[in-house]
Amino acid sequence: MSTGTLTSGPLLARIEVLALVALGGFAGANCRYAVSLAVPGLGGTLLANVGGAFLLGFVLYESRYAGSLSPETRLAVSTGFLSSLTTYSTFALQSAQSPPLVLVGNVVATYALGFAAVAAGRALARRSTRGESA
Amino acid sequence: MTPLTDPAYLVGVGGALGALLRTLVGELVTADAYPASTLVVNVVGSFCLAALTAAGAGDDLVLLLGTGACGSFTTFSSFAVETVRLWEDGDRPRAAVHAGANLGGAGVAIALAWLLVG
Repeated sequence: MSTGTLTSGPLLARIEVLALVALGGFAGANCRYAVSLAVPGLGGTLLANVGGAFLLGFVLYESRYAGSLSPETRLAVSTGFLSSLTTYSTFALQSAQSPPLVLVGNVVATYALGFAAVAAGRALARRSTRGESA
Repeated sequence: MTPLTDPAYLVGVGGALGALLRTLVGELVTADAYPASTLVVNVVGSFCLAALTAAGAGDDLVLLLGTGACGSFTTFSSFAVETVRLWEDGDRPRAAVHAGANLGGAGVAIALAWLLVG
């Protein structure tokens, strides 16, 4: 099937994009909600964001190095699931509602751990794809 | 049968809606060499979430539109990947701008929502 987007391509391809993103979004939001019930407050949001950044780093660089994921899988997993598993609005609002020191600590921790998680996900992708091609 | 007000439905349907709207913004807002669409969704979504909670929305509405739609409309993972990519491509000023603009933009949006609604 030709790859479409929401706003271009054949009707069926558009519906496919819509379904994949919606399904991923449904699942990702529920996983984030489950994490927030298990770890309430700032910690749960941090966990979902850092975990999602790690997985997105892995998925994106895996497809760059090896390309073993189909475009459809990538769309459902990255645009749908992982981008919905992570959130910026809750992170920002929870930070804004915190005392100044907690606010600064949460922003620094989320940013530092999030960027490190992307690098770690990429390192894992590099290692696993190297193992595949060897 | 599980009622349609079950949190999993509310969060899930809102999450699907948020992800679709984010994808739509991603297709409409394109800028060369700068991930503008992520900035747009994060700032707009932060405004909406802050406005929703400041307006005293009920639990079900917060699950549907707050946790679900706003939570999924905004994204941290894409933001983090984009920032790391800009930084490593040697575009450090733009990476710093991206990191700061999302934070500052979301902060201003939340303050504005509190001012208007709170």
